[in-house]
Amino acid sequence: MSVVDRQEWDVVVVGAGGAGLRAAIEARERGARTAVICKSLFGKAHTVMAEGGIAASMGNVNSGDNWQVHFRDTMRGGKFLNQWRMAELHAQEAPQRVWELETWGALFDRTKDGRISQRNFGGHEYPRLAHVGDRTGLELIRTLQQKIVSLQQEDFRETGDHESRLKVFQECTVTRVLKEDRVVSGVFGYERESGRFFVLQAPSVVIATGGIGKSFKVTSNSWEYTGDGHALALLAGAPLLNMEFVQFHPTGMVWPPSVKGILVTESVRGDGGVLRNSEGKRFMFDYVPDVFKEKYAESEEEGDRWYDDPDHNRRPPELLPRDEVARAINAEVKEGRGSPHGGVFLDVSTRMPADVIRRRLPSMYHQFKELADVDITAEAMEVGPTCHYVMGGIAVDSDTAAARGVPGLFAAGEVAGGMHGSNRLGGNSLSDLLVFGRRAGRYAAEHAAGRADGGRRARVDDAQVDAAAAEALRPFSAEAHEPADGPPENPYTLHQELQQTMNDLVGIIRREAEMKQALEKLAELRVRARRAGVEGHRQFNPGWHLALDLRNMLLVSECVARAALERTESRGGHTREDHPSMDRRWRPAHLICSLADPAGEAAGDPATTDPERGRIALERQATEPIRPDLLALFDKEELVKYLADEELEGRSE
Amino acid sequence: MSGYEARFRVWRGDVEGGGLQDFTVEVNEGEVVLDIVHRLQATQAPDLAVRWNCKAGKCGSCSAEINGRPRLLCMTRMSVFTREETITVTPLRAFPVIRDLVTDVGFNYTKAREVPAFVPPADLGPGEYRMMQEDVDRSQEFRKCIECFLCQDTCHVVRDHEENKPAFAGPRFLMRVAELDMHPLDAAGDTGLDRSRTAQDEHGLGYCNITKCCTEVCPEGIRITDNALIPLKERAVDRKYDPLVWLGSKIGRRSRDGS
Repeated sequence: MSVVDRQEWDVVVVGAGGAGLRAAIEARERGARTAVICKSLFGKAHTVMAEGGIAASMGNVNSGDNWQVHFRDTMRGGKFLNQWRMAELHAQEAPQRVWELETWGALFDRTKDGRISQRNFGGHEYPRLAHVGDRTGLELIRTLQQKIVSLQQEDFRETGDHESRLKVFQECTVTRVLKEDRVVSGVFGYERESGRFFVLQAPSVVIATGGIGKSFKVTSNSWEYTGDGHALALLAGAPLLNMEFVQFHPTGMVWPPSVKGILVTESVRGDGGVLRNSEGKRFMFDYVPDVFKEKYAESEEEGDRWYDDPDHNRRPPELLPRDEVARAINAEVKEGRGSPHGGVFLDVSTRMPADVIRRRLPSMYHQFKELADVDITAEAMEVGPTCHYVMGGIAVDSDTAAARGVPGLFAAGEVAGGMHGSNRLGGNSLSDLLVFGRRAGRYAAEHAAGRADGGRRARVDDAQVDAAAAEALRPFSAEAHEPADGPPENPYTLHQELQQTMNDLVGIIRREAEMKQALEKLAELRVRARRAGVEGHRQFNPGWHLALDLRNMLLVSECVARAALERTESRGGHTREDHPSMDRRWRPAHLICSLADPAGEAAGDPATTDPERGRIALERQATEPIRPDLLALFDKEELVKYLADEELEGRSE
Repeated sequence: MSGYEARFRVWRGDVEGGGLQDFTVEVNEGEVVLDIVHRLQATQAPDLAVRWNCKAGKCGSCSAEINGRPRLLCMTRMSVFTREETITVTPLRAFPVIRDLVTDVGFNYTKAREVPAFVPPADLGPGEYRMMQEDVDRSQEFRKCIECFLCQDTCHVVRDHEENKPAFAGPRFLMRVAELDMHPLDAAGDTGLDRSRTAQDEHGLGYCNITKCCTEVCPEGIRITDNALIPLKERAVDRKYDPLVWLGSKIGRRSRDGS
């Protein structure tokens, strides 16, 4: 069975969104032969969906901005749970990463004096988001894509082969990270088009696969977001961090049903849009939490003045961090003040002239016109929360993006945890991709160079390849396996049940009993998923692809549910109805998920059919104390609201 | 509007051949053609191959032909058809079929590599770029392109003329040349590269006879013919026959940099 195509590379990057492409560019520029593997066509990654902008304290619009202010905003947004060193590096390096894009051909919107324009966004003290209308993600992905092409053109001039040093394997899925002696040795995957298996042997693997939204029914995420990288890391022995924190973006479309969940950019609010309930009231003024009271306007008049005079007025509460706005909308709808299709109203039509709306929000204008027959220059949009982003992810070293415990494994972008704490600010994801994509690429290249010098590159053994192939082929022989268990299962049905379970039981508002119920349902689905069967053959077979993705979604969903059950407080993207407040004692606690039975999992046949046990072990870890000079950026009165008593004591010493 | 049963004909097959297959399938209020294709996968044809991604008209993955017209499956509302109509979905005609609605669009990636990349100005470092909004407007319009390749599919130069493919980049990549040619800080000229001339000499601009088919199918509403191809033709002609125009554009750029 092990007649599988094998190739040798220095660095393999799994995922071709912003983080993956930035990592690949860096690795190649540092001399590593680099392969990028992506499930879609090159240039279609989910990053294209990002609308609002890239947060970077360039200070082009308000010169008061600097990295310290950005750092503070990021920590506040994440309710101080952020891996602070990541937040620091991110704030410091984001401007360089944006400027660099211009040298690769990106064309951002401009200020009057010809610099990169920056817009306001939720939780950011100053206008900070470099943008291109409301299609910033497209600009980012296209710029990186074209930079890769330019590197390939260089390689072609030197070697006669465009792909000699940097190759994109598009429409391929990785199902296993391979290891020899606890060290990364490559990846196993299949070509979606042909169904053929392949092995790329490499001493460094960068995971940049994005998020997990496809485990939820209402989501802004595309089909690719099945938690692949999270699961690959877990299965390779790397732990996941703080998986309970899932961001529900406050404004997704709610109608028509087929587009429910599609994102409505935060720029609508950043540029002046307001939220109203069915009584016409701007309800966000009723939902400003204590920790943010001094920073947000108390009246509509003050909020409205802020757009023109931000130095003497406070920002409107529509621009609170996303978790706050999403909970507020949820509460309004629950109390019967929602819109006809179960959302609230988001209105720009009474706030800006029609031509300004069409210029500043062209994609939103287009999206509502085409998909919902709504003209946003004349009427309000209906919006509601949609699963958007996972703050949790692979536990990494802040500086090097190296995954904990697995030498040679790196992670960057949404799949990596820590950077955003319990809640991500809008605009901080695109900058995250660039800052940590570059770092992952750099350290992956260095790791590979170190290993090459030693000449100890391991050849992946056949048994591992055979086991991975057998696992991938299982859905074609579902009927032959364990016939006593029951009939083959339709992967589409299993997926729908999983999405409904996560949406209803581990969604935006969580309760202990429901999460326990979710874990039971996940155990049932896990057993049934072993019988997921498919028809047809291996050539571009979406049923087969889904059957394989289900393994990842089930693993990741269990992490989310277990961690959410454990954390008995509400913070950021984790809201417990039975523990409604933020608890300072939970601030220094990280929840770590790892495999309960690593040996069994490695053999491809884990002892996981036991529904009680589950596959995930959960552990609580104390966080590293925040460095004193970073703490000194905040007022003591503010820190008191967030830090546990012992942390405050440590500070005064 | 309540649900109803629609009649669909979907091309199924692979490189060996295939044909249209009939389906009767449920349609609900507000749905788009991609929803119906997904329903076919989930209920009747689990191995029906289709590309898609964002389902919001932003990624350009789900390109196909609906009743013979190149369109995005995710942006085609079912409400534009009558209930009685049979809706025919076929793969993009200009590219080789892989399976069902999925085609090999490698032609486009090959052409992308043939367009020389942006050349950064030697005298400006990161953070020093200054460009006025009105000077980037036009290239920004072209950068709205989601690379759905509908324009490449519909363009009569290659749609039924495989033999023209080696010499012709297609509207998308001629527009890419125009985008770089109109970029206020592209320094290709300093390296001896005249982009508009290469459009003519190397990327097949001369094949285009401005029938505007590409503009008509563009889901982003980019005015490919009027704003990219025609100006590119004019610039190519100008520079070919009038070195003063070329020189003038160089001096103009220098003086702006120096200010």
